[in-house]
Amino acid sequence: MKRMGLSGNYAAAYAVKMADVDVIAAYPITPQTTIVEKLSEFVANGELDAEYINVESEHSALSACVGASLTGARVFTATSSQGLAYMHEVLFMASALRTPIVMANVNRALSAPLNIWNDHSDAMAERDSGWIQLWASSAQEVFDTTVEAFKIAEDVQLPVMVNLDGYIVSHTYEPVNIPDEEEVRKYIPSKPMKNRLSPSLAYSIGVVGPPEYYFEMKYQAIDAMERSRVRIREIESDFNKRFGRSYDDIYTYFMDDVEYVLLTMGSMTGTARVVAESLRSRGEKVGVVAIRTFRPFPSERLAGILGDVGGIGIMDRATTPGGSSSPLYEDVASCLYSVQKRPILQGFVAGLGGRDVSIGEFEMMFMATKEAAKSGRSKPSIYVGLRG
Amino acid sequence: MSKQGLKGWKEIPEGGTVEEPGSSAQFNVQSWRTYRPELDKKKCTKCGMCWLYCPEAAIKILDDGSYEINLTYCKGCGICSKACALKAITMVKEEKS
Repeated sequence: MKRMGLSGNYAAAYAVKMADVDVIAAYPITPQTTIVEKLSEFVANGELDAEYINVESEHSALSACVGASLTGARVFTATSSQGLAYMHEVLFMASALRTPIVMANVNRALSAPLNIWNDHSDAMAERDSGWIQLWASSAQEVFDTTVEAFKIAEDVQLPVMVNLDGYIVSHTYEPVNIPDEEEVRKYIPSKPMKNRLSPSLAYSIGVVGPPEYYFEMKYQAIDAMERSRVRIREIESDFNKRFGRSYDDIYTYFMDDVEYVLLTMGSMTGTARVVAESLRSRGEKVGVVAIRTFRPFPSERLAGILGDVGGIGIMDRATTPGGSSSPLYEDVASCLYSVQKRPILQGFVAGLGGRDVSIGEFEMMFMATKEAAKSGRSKPSIYVGLRG
Repeated sequence: MSKQGLKGWKEIPEGGTVEEPGSSAQFNVQSWRTYRPELDKKKCTKCGMCWLYCPEAAIKILDDGSYEINLTYCKGCGICSKACALKAITMVKEEKS
């Protein structure tokens, strides 16, 4: 084991190197670029024996990854924002064709106006593409999650997207514990993967699925996603035992005799914890819950954790204009509909396009949630920090 | 296996992969046709242009070098009749028989 000072992006690159990938195909885009820049360096130096495919777009990058993955190769790509949007149609093919691709998505707002800063609208727009979505909120977590992602992807034969917040995680340097390469290889051995694209097999892949077959083909990937719920937790617990760091699909903080909770995802969890700690010292019974596995969404467990809480504030860094509320809110509301005593929910949309969310604003969110819980009535989504 | 004899989702190879080669030979497409090609063997000089142009490989060469249209795979596109310089293939509307 060694300790290195790494940015979130470099942590992803080191994890990919240790996973000994066979093929990388990517196109540069801010703020993801330094991941594939580092990986191309590793390949050029001979530190990583992989095929690095330079492509002319993200659409081609993911297409190359799908093809490579079908030959049984271990495959990685990385992107952000417009790049992920440009991969859109291939994302659905990757999941339905059951290609265990791992992608780092460095979360960035979508144009217009052109904006390179962090929010979650890129990943949320691809919510229904059939990819497993994991969210990492520190450089260490990016490293560990990326390593885990290969194991999860190859186990359930579905692609995995590792999300990390642009700049806040991607460009912040932190000390990262890097395990010995041997340990990582033992955890994710380069096992011979299902090889479907081969000159020796007369298989047809990506065929037409007429109405008589499309539903069944699609359901195979839906079933794999459902089965991944249990496998992800087993794989996490195996990771925890081997590497001594503890990951889960839901994180909870300050939950003893909690009355109201702020639910977050990604790097904002850190600020929420700091604010919750200070509110606790002032006698407020606040807690924080963070989602690490957005797809598959841990509905049942979350309902168990939140079912007894009086009020829940849900903070989204994305919107669904014209929808009932924002994406994270909708999932939380759905999973709580069937609990006996439904908690009061208060939605917040914050930090779009990289807008900083201050400690004061977090306090406001906790207080608005408390107020909603006390009055038994919540307001429509509150747009935090929006100038009137 | 369902009632109609179609495979269930657990029986279909993962990712919808078709694992047997040439499986399209199992599909009878003649109901797709509006027009049926009819070959006049007296006009045919066995040049082979219809065979070359048919996108479905629905035209086969017989032992004597003449041609025959396999109506199981013919979708009635009419390319063969356009390709035939001698107008030996005419497209005839399919009628209920």
